[in-house]
Amino acid sequence: MEEALGSLGAEVPAPGVAVATAPVAVESAVPSLVDRYFTRWYKADVKGKPCEDHCILQHSNRICVITLAESHPVLQSGKTIKSISYQISNNCSRLQNKVSGKFKRGAQFLTELAPLCKIYCSDGEEYTISSCVRGRLMEVNENILHEPSILQEKPSTEGYIAVVLPKFEESKSITEGLLTQKQYEEVVVQRVSATAATS
Amino acid sequence: MFPLTEENKYVAQLLFSTGTCPRCIFRFCGVDFHAPYKLSYEELLSELQKFLETEKGELILEVTNPPPKKIRLDELEDGIDEIDNLSQNGEGRVSIIEDGSIASKNSNLNVCNVCLGILQEFCEKEFIKKVCQKVEASGFEFTNLVFSVSFPPQQSVREHAAWLLVKQEMGKQSLSLGRNDIVQLKEAYKWITHPLFSEELGVPIDGKSLFEVSVVFAHPETVEDCHFLRATCPDCFKPAKNKQSVFTRMAVMKALNKIKEEDFRKQFPCPPNSPKALCTVLETECTHGAVFVAGRYNKYSRSLPQTPWIIDGERKLESSVEELISDPLLTVFKAESFNFSSSGREDVDVRTLGNGRPFAIELVNPHRVHFTSQEIKELQQKINSSSDKIQVRDLQLVTREAIGHMKEGEEEKTKTYSALIWTNKAIQKEDIEFLNDIKDLTIDQKTPLRVLHRRPLAVRTRTIHSMETCYVDEHHFRLCLRTQAGTYIKEFVHGDFGRTKPNIGTLMNVTADILELDVESVDVDWPPALDD
Repeated sequence: MEEALGSLGAEVPAPGVAVATAPVAVESAVPSLVDRYFTRWYKADVKGKPCEDHCILQHSNRICVITLAESHPVLQSGKTIKSISYQISNNCSRLQNKVSGKFKRGAQFLTELAPLCKIYCSDGEEYTISSCVRGRLMEVNENILHEPSILQEKPSTEGYIAVVLPKFEESKSITEGLLTQKQYEEVVVQRVSATAATS
Repeated sequence: MFPLTEENKYVAQLLFSTGTCPRCIFRFCGVDFHAPYKLSYEELLSELQKFLETEKGELILEVTNPPPKKIRLDELEDGIDEIDNLSQNGEGRVSIIEDGSIASKNSNLNVCNVCLGILQEFCEKEFIKKVCQKVEASGFEFTNLVFSVSFPPQQSVREHAAWLLVKQEMGKQSLSLGRNDIVQLKEAYKWITHPLFSEELGVPIDGKSLFEVSVVFAHPETVEDCHFLRATCPDCFKPAKNKQSVFTRMAVMKALNKIKEEDFRKQFPCPPNSPKALCTVLETECTHGAVFVAGRYNKYSRSLPQTPWIIDGERKLESSVEELISDPLLTVFKAESFNFSSSGREDVDVRTLGNGRPFAIELVNPHRVHFTSQEIKELQQKINSSSDKIQVRDLQLVTREAIGHMKEGEEEKTKTYSALIWTNKAIQKEDIEFLNDIKDLTIDQKTPLRVLHRRPLAVRTRTIHSMETCYVDEHHFRLCLRTQAGTYIKEFVHGDFGRTKPNIGTLMNVTADILELDVESVDVDWPPALDD
């Protein structure tokens, strides 16, 4: 990654973004696991909802891990997750997704706008997480169902939402509409200054 | 000794008169001992003519004299009619009723209508010498050879036509002729040429030899001979990607087995017409079967992949383990190409230490194959002095079969590793000691994200047999592991987004990462260790 933040990707917030503080963490001399193998892409205000930013980690082998961006409301201090549901409609649950074989037959196909899960917070707010990239659903993270707190503690590693495999021929084009790390940081800075200006 | 007897005379006369060469006549008369075929062509021709003179006398006698039996005459007339009919469409054909001297002159000059010259010019010493010159110029090292020939596919059609002709004629004499009663062209050709090759090259012909000399014959003039078969047996001639023509020898043979005799006779002249020219030699090729070299390698670099690393046609790193080992072998064995295989593989950033990892290399089409153990030792030294990124030991020539041992061990055996681990939280010596006491820890690994694009998604249960820690500083320690083969070590350390459970991070309640990994041993006891 070009704009590596030079430390533990998982625990390091983008500038100006509040985040739950990690335990006494120390920077490694080498880039983190995420920074070594993945490129971070962002989508801001997903589906027009302010601050509902997503972060897509694309591995050099094209696999995408869908995560919450640090600036997502769910990750802001004071928020408590009540529950998470992969049941996105009456007859579609992402938990039913099954892939088989080397070619991953049977996977649910996702468009950029396809919902992956819903996060219900104790303050009554409800958030829908979207795929943001076209591809086939490989797996969802069932660990966050049993232990929603890991979503907040480690949003870009253990707290991931889902794994999506883009089509081979679309592995480059799927990120065209997304923001780079730098562009995303600019969006967040502007958002902060805009809020400051109005208040 | 001339091999034909009275009972062969009629067939011999029939074939000879329709433009068939003496050796093919022997074949159709079922002469199955080698000596007569090896006589010189001139000798064969004059012997045959002498033999047929008497036949002709008898024949004329029979025709001119009142036939002893009516049936006999009918037979003969039928035969003559047929040959006459054929001679109308075949140019310059000499029929049984024409003058004997013309017939012999024509047969002498004419290319055989069955073998297309294979048992004529191409059995001559001059031709064999020419092939041998090419063999010697090819620069192969060999102690025996197998000789293979490929005849034009239409030759089989002509063989079939001649067989039907002879069969019909013999049928009239209440004799039968099965396909197997005829000596195969390939057989006769080998009987004649094998001793010549052996003599010329000074090595025995051996069907099991790895060195193969192959000659491919073509006969452009008659390629269309096969084409009528396609209409009759379309399913025998399905286009295949790697075939230039649908009329392969196999396809033609298949069609000839299927086609009805009447249909064949309607569409192809029996006997086949006489060609103008001899076969041509399409190619003479020498190849040597693969030989195999095995050994063990160490890899000391963290920026050296095992095999060339090419993404979208672009090379990521300039070298690889297989190239560093194989290139010197390729040069010394003068081989065309190689195939590298090994007992498992390590990532580009992983070193392989200890006794190394077993590997085997197939050398394709090697020109040099005989080496003393001293020469192999020198070759090993050459590889080892060419790079400090790898080292090779136990280099040896092995058989193809022995390579199975290398792959057998791949799944069951244990492997030992050494990993340098980083933790986000500060650690004391006491914080890692508990790992030493864990024995046969069962872990569940989902297919790592880094390989998920090319492997099925599955949860695999693996066993970490034992671990041994070595404290480095507040954020680093070294972990030696003995594990079941097929365990993903990197994922066991960092957890792969929580997809390997438990992992070092969850066991220690920290965020752990792996900075370095070394393979300390691959416990496969093949190839045998050699003394230095």
